[in-house]
Amino acid sequence: MAIVELTGVTKTYQQGKVSVQALRGVDLRVEKGSFLALAGPSGSGKTTLLNLIGGLDRPSQGDIRVDEHDFARMNQSELAELRLFKIGFVFQSYNLIPVLSALENVEFVMLLQRIGAAERRQRAEAVLAEVGLSGLLERRPLELSGGQQQRVAVARAIVSGPAIVLADEPTANLDSKTGQGLLEMMKTLNAQKGVTFIFSTHDNMVMDYARRLVLIRDGRVAEDQVKGS
Amino acid sequence: MFFKMAWRNLWRNPRRTTVILIAVVIGLWSLLFLNAFMRGAIEQMVENNISILTGHLKVQKTGYHSDPVIENSITQPDEVKGVLAKVLPKEARYTSRVRLQVVASNARHNAGVTLVGIDPEAEAEMSFIGDAPLQGRYLSADTPHKILAGRALVEKMETQLEYKLVLMGQDTQNEIASRAFRIRGIFDAELESTEKQYVFVLKQAAQDMLRMGPAVSEFSVLLPEGALLPGVAQALKEALPEGYRVYTWRELLPLMDAYLKMFDGFIYLWTVAVFIAMGFGLVNTILMTVYERMHEFGLLKALGMKSGWIIREVLAEAFLILVLGMAAGNGLGVITVEAMSGGLDLSAFAAGAEFAGMSRIIYPRIVLQDMLVANGVVFFLGLGVSLYPALKAARFTPVEAMLQT
Repeated sequence: MAIVELTGVTKTYQQGKVSVQALRGVDLRVEKGSFLALAGPSGSGKTTLLNLIGGLDRPSQGDIRVDEHDFARMNQSELAELRLFKIGFVFQSYNLIPVLSALENVEFVMLLQRIGAAERRQRAEAVLAEVGLSGLLERRPLELSGGQQQRVAVARAIVSGPAIVLADEPTANLDSKTGQGLLEMMKTLNAQKGVTFIFSTHDNMVMDYARRLVLIRDGRVAEDQVKGS
Repeated sequence: MFFKMAWRNLWRNPRRTTVILIAVVIGLWSLLFLNAFMRGAIEQMVENNISILTGHLKVQKTGYHSDPVIENSITQPDEVKGVLAKVLPKEARYTSRVRLQVVASNARHNAGVTLVGIDPEAEAEMSFIGDAPLQGRYLSADTPHKILAGRALVEKMETQLEYKLVLMGQDTQNEIASRAFRIRGIFDAELESTEKQYVFVLKQAAQDMLRMGPAVSEFSVLLPEGALLPGVAQALKEALPEGYRVYTWRELLPLMDAYLKMFDGFIYLWTVAVFIAMGFGLVNTILMTVYERMHEFGLLKALGMKSGWIIREVLAEAFLILVLGMAAGNGLGVITVEAMSGGLDLSAFAAGAEFAGMSRIIYPRIVLQDMLVANGVVFFLGLGVSLYPALKAARFTPVEAMLQT
């Protein structure tokens, strides 16, 4: 069953008087429970594609459906609602809220979902334990290492049980050992909980971990490879 | 958690938050203090003017107000007295007076003054003369040809206690009437002009001198606290027979009324000026924090935070600044006014203050209503102007905002 479907998606940015075509007609279908990497050189359009799948931006042309929601029919508020309940994000530079502790960062998404305080806390503590951060609940982002921050970001992304997690270069700022630990953790979550992961990356290690590799080049899908098949 | 976030965000840049807090505190403090000062000054001005023979209400013969001649006196005072006794609230006080412009003279000088014929006991309860510092003695019923004169007049006439002053005016027969009165007391008044203008004699003595019989010039009424002036005035108008007019102090003191309006306008202008200064500071500060945290707002939107929540988050920060500033501003305002409860001595500016009808010593007074208005203006307009940066933050698109570092 497809959780993400893109049909003929293009995206053109206007930079001054120059039009930059970031995506030139992408067709992509991602099955539920996938562990997929969008790979490609810088400027190939993979982050743009991830932003479009996440509803952070709108395509110039084409259709996008996520968990059976047609983006073309949704306004900004409905897209925000969809991101809140169905999509988890992990960013390259962690992007935690600096004034909140690790626990509060994870709780924050559930607060927006209007989940009660007791349940929020219990779920946040459980998911932080799952990513190996039990002892660091009250630490603020600046008091955590890069790897720890990225684990908090993953915890935040998965805590409310999203349909997909979109990770934009999640290992880019981590050393290889920490990056590997993070990928192992995500792989486990994928295997145990069936969470769909879509990465954008040009890190070979991420590509190795991915079960499906989609190569983006010049705004198009250049290669789509399912490993082990 | 929103307030916790707002609170922590405020202190990410303590210096900037402190500066805007100081602006709110000073703005509110100045509003409160100015209101308290003005309120004190105005209340004393009103009190002074009412006590200078005005009262809250006056009953006069029709025509006396525009032409205060002896022919326009009240010839049947008992008729008016009866109505006053019936209509006025129990605790109200009233008295009748004879008033006439006369010439006071002695061997060296003469001066135009207002002769006021009074019932000493009733008058002492009604006007400033009962409380005025007095050199010598007050009038009494058994001393018919004695006079009380103001210190400034006595100095101008170069006379003293127990010396004579001759008063000369036109009587009811259109003849010149005159009589010598011996100075029994020299009074000090809040305003020098009062000391120069009024001389007091027994009502009976004035009536005899001017051949008025029982006639009086006016009845003056002091109402108890809480009595509604317009209602009482209306009731009196309805109860009095034809030929009388009832005046409230606002009608009798049009300049005072104009002053009150001017002060109201001044306070309004000051409120606007303070608010503009504070409002710009607030908008500027919050705009800075919003643009500094553009990336963060993008993140919040990416996580699924709707525009309304973003607005709420930014307004929560403005709310905290305003509430903190208001608490400190109110505290400082109350402490300042309390510290000046002994009065603010304006003796150095006595001439200017007197021109404006103000007392030499002002007792600032904070009134709950003024406090609520000042706080309301600061709070609601403060939140109002903060909407602008809040809306800016809400309009960032996640992708654009997250490109900012």
